[in-house]
Amino acid sequence: MTSFRLDKGGLIDRSSELNFTFDGKAFTGHQGDTLASALIANGVHLMGRSFKYHRPRGVISAGASEPNALVELRDGGRKEANTRATMVELYDGLIANSQNRWPSLDFDLGAVNSLASSMFVAGFYYKTFMWPKSFWEKIYEPIIRKAAGLGTASKLPDPDKYEKAYAHCDMLVIGSGPTGLMAALAAARSGGRVILGDEGSALGGSLLSEREEIAGVSGYNWAQGVLAELASMPNVTLMPRTTVVGWFDGNIFGAIERVNDHVIAPSPYEPRQRYWRIIAKRAVLAAGAEERPVAFGGNDVPGVMLASAMRTYANRYAAAAGKSVVVFTGNDSGYRTARDMQAHGVHVEAIIDSRTESKADAGGVPVLRERMIANVSGGKGVAGVELTDHTKISCDAVAMSGGWSPIVNLACHRGAKPAWNEAILGFVPPETGKAFVAAGSAAGRMLLSECLADGASKGTLAGKALAVPKCRDEAFAVSPLWWVKQSTGKAFVDYQNDSTAKDLPLAAQEGYKDIELAKRYTTTGMATDQGKLGNVNAIAILAEATGKSIEQVGTTTFRPFYTPVAFGAFAGPFTGHHFQPVRKTPLHDWADELGAVFVETGLWMRSSWFPLAGEDWLASASREVLATRNGVGICDVSTLGKIDVQGRDAGAFLDRLYCNTFSTLAVGKARYGLMLREDGIVYDDGTTSRLADDHYVMTTTTANAARVMAQMEFAHQALFPELDVTYVSVTEQWAQMAVAGPKSRATLQKIVDDLVMSDETVPYMAAKEVTVLGGVPARLFRLSFSGEHAYELAVPADYGNMAARAICQAGEEFGIVPYGVEALSIMRVEKGHVAGGELNGTTTAADLGLGKMMSTKKDYIGRMMAMREGLTDTNRQCVVGIRPVEPGDRIRSGAHILKLDDKPSMANDQGYLSSVAWSPMLNMWIALALVSNGRARHGERVRVWDGLRGHETIGEICDPVHFDRENKRLHA
Amino acid sequence: MLIPCPHCGTRPVEEFTFLGDASVKRPTSNDPASMDQWFDYVYLRDNPKGRFDEYAHHAGGCRAWLVVSRNTATHEVYGCVTARDYAKAGGKS
Repeated sequence: MTSFRLDKGGLIDRSSELNFTFDGKAFTGHQGDTLASALIANGVHLMGRSFKYHRPRGVISAGASEPNALVELRDGGRKEANTRATMVELYDGLIANSQNRWPSLDFDLGAVNSLASSMFVAGFYYKTFMWPKSFWEKIYEPIIRKAAGLGTASKLPDPDKYEKAYAHCDMLVIGSGPTGLMAALAAARSGGRVILGDEGSALGGSLLSEREEIAGVSGYNWAQGVLAELASMPNVTLMPRTTVVGWFDGNIFGAIERVNDHVIAPSPYEPRQRYWRIIAKRAVLAAGAEERPVAFGGNDVPGVMLASAMRTYANRYAAAAGKSVVVFTGNDSGYRTARDMQAHGVHVEAIIDSRTESKADAGGVPVLRERMIANVSGGKGVAGVELTDHTKISCDAVAMSGGWSPIVNLACHRGAKPAWNEAILGFVPPETGKAFVAAGSAAGRMLLSECLADGASKGTLAGKALAVPKCRDEAFAVSPLWWVKQSTGKAFVDYQNDSTAKDLPLAAQEGYKDIELAKRYTTTGMATDQGKLGNVNAIAILAEATGKSIEQVGTTTFRPFYTPVAFGAFAGPFTGHHFQPVRKTPLHDWADELGAVFVETGLWMRSSWFPLAGEDWLASASREVLATRNGVGICDVSTLGKIDVQGRDAGAFLDRLYCNTFSTLAVGKARYGLMLREDGIVYDDGTTSRLADDHYVMTTTTANAARVMAQMEFAHQALFPELDVTYVSVTEQWAQMAVAGPKSRATLQKIVDDLVMSDETVPYMAAKEVTVLGGVPARLFRLSFSGEHAYELAVPADYGNMAARAICQAGEEFGIVPYGVEALSIMRVEKGHVAGGELNGTTTAADLGLGKMMSTKKDYIGRMMAMREGLTDTNRQCVVGIRPVEPGDRIRSGAHILKLDDKPSMANDQGYLSSVAWSPMLNMWIALALVSNGRARHGERVRVWDGLRGHETIGEICDPVHFDRENKRLHA
Repeated sequence: MLIPCPHCGTRPVEEFTFLGDASVKRPTSNDPASMDQWFDYVYLRDNPKGRFDEYAHHAGGCRAWLVVSRNTATHEVYGCVTARDYAKAGGKS
């Protein structure tokens, strides 16, 4: 293979030899190369296939805007699709593969699409695949997805780490070309904290690629001097490989630092990428300008590229795009390419200039004026060009320049639209305030001297502006050059989406005249490059087609992110259990030792059942219920929210929070409380105990613990700031266990210090501070969720495991069992206690049968709205019990209730089963249900209709308390 | 967006949760005749363009309820006081 590596020059380390593969073929390159430059140096221009037509494609650009040379980089879990070969730094061992081709890049069957290209015009999806409708989902879409794909993602987990970081500065400079360097230097010398970020692997921007002269030295050497000074200053942070991708409220910038994308694998102690959030007092956009391609026939043949890209490959990477070059331009900057290529010893056939005259220096290269390239000949490489006057020129590479577009993206991220500037033929940034300003060519100042001066002026934070060095300016004159209409071949406007120049007038003709509509109809400006190269040409062509000015057509909306960002960078370290922590109760180890099966509820791991050998969940839970009801059981209830409330007005505060009254609660007693939302619907429930005149401990449901705490804070601080009360969550500070069953007192008596437990010393609903196990402080509550004679014991969290083990030991003689939330749930359904299924955000206190709890003697949250007509209607669904008429029948949660003779319909719906359990005490399935006017319908037989699972049975409405309706066991 | 919390200093917006218009005042009457006021308080909210006083809970910080005054169109933050001070000042930031 012929080498296209120039003999000298370039910012590459020729002593290094880096081995890499592209589509399995081995190549070598040097330190300092990109994947694109190394391939070009190896004579490889064919780097990809296009999206729709599968046309052979090579690089167009030498930077972030690259639409064509997208490759799959690396392999295994590190495989990354759609990486731009122009931005991939070469390293030893790099593996890259081309995309969107089958069976091979060189011979791609998909290219037959080109033959059927009349089918693939603007809007082709809508036109071709609309009929028959049923074909879309099953046939058309999967085929299109397969054929018109970009790269494929790895299905393996990403083995690398990602970080998030924050930075604050007085001045953020985005871009490190001549403007950015001057701005950073000015800000740094004014003493501010400066961050200089640039997406490139090395700082210097265009000065790494262009032959300039500043302050009597080469542009590159001048940049090195400035960078050395900046690096020596403690108030300056230099951030190469850092793309500022978004501008957000509060002058906050998002930036991706590619910490380790340039090595084969990151060290285990470093991330691959870091997502920075940079909070800048001021910022300068010095992102430079982007050269535009020109739409002419075959402007996508590998070897056709931007003029600036061609000289970048030569000047910076010492890689020649060809042996014999034609330059096609409508502005002066194309002449630089001709001169630079000639200086590198590459033959330049001619400069094709669409204009009548130019003052630019052609360096002796013949200039053919008032002509344009109509067509490029060649398939997988350039063979020659044919001009509009039918002149044919042989060449193997084409440099094109349609003009320059300031890179305004970031300045438009907060909604403002850029303005058209006729003098430079480009959109310039909108007014963005003082905190963020564009400078240099990003602001439409296209001469080097203007860039240096603008950077100095906008970077200076205080005092006199920085002195501006002298430099040599290149000519900059530009005429419109968007589309060569004499072309017969395909003239692409948007390479990545395969949109041609003809698609835009067609879109306008079919009614899609607005740029936002034309964009969506033709797909111009979509995908990974977001139209960085093609948009302005598209706007100009649409303007002509619709008889409007470019300014009238305007741009589409610029949104973050400037370049694609990996999901890993957004996720940062917050993956797996770092995303959502696991909460374990203080009794976790105790439950684990006893073989508990845990269930994740919210963040908590709750012991769900404790199976013996051979038991399934139902057998285990049933055994746990029977053992508890016949003897004694212990259950971890530590996940309930616990809030300690203290202060002179603690009682008054609780009176406002709950619909019932707590200020009247006696010290040493507990009371069940019901909390409403301000709209009158039930919010939460739990018991609250009064430990002293000014000290209560309240409990919340597990699910609502955090929300209730936030609501209390709101109620106190925003609604009732006059109340003298403080409160704190102590959920994690206390381990709490329920000890239930006829033998619960005898069991607990063995571990409680001093106290002789009786109905007199610990009556029903007592709340006592005691000690256990020889001095461990504890709180003893006589509460029952199971309906049994039962207690809850709370000890400081660290004593939890010990206390639970001691209780198990104490209860051994009574056959104590640990029981989980399944058994707990069975027992509460047996007792008709409401829980999550009934406290579902639509039920009132009255719906739950708790209407009498609502005080009429005080104001509380939800009082007034609960009185509304719709919430007091007697036909509302309220809680009842449901049992199958045939005791052997199974009923399931979610089944609907219908009158016996009614057909299933929304109009006939009477309610539904909210909680269902197998009752080991009654030997049948039982349910709680929400049924219209249910309390008046006890005894009525109804259809229990489960359309979802195709099951139906006859049930009977009954009292929600299925078991021990007289509550005898509670006081046994 | 950055929020100047009176307790914690300037903090990123992600640390806060929001609860809407802070200028509405909870009625004090439990007289059924006041139902309209209650309905307005619970359900009706303006959606102004421009300056807006909004409840914010610094859940990822000091846990104080705050009132952030900001421009809904530009997201410029004018100031931030505690909900307690806001309530005591009669609903003014």
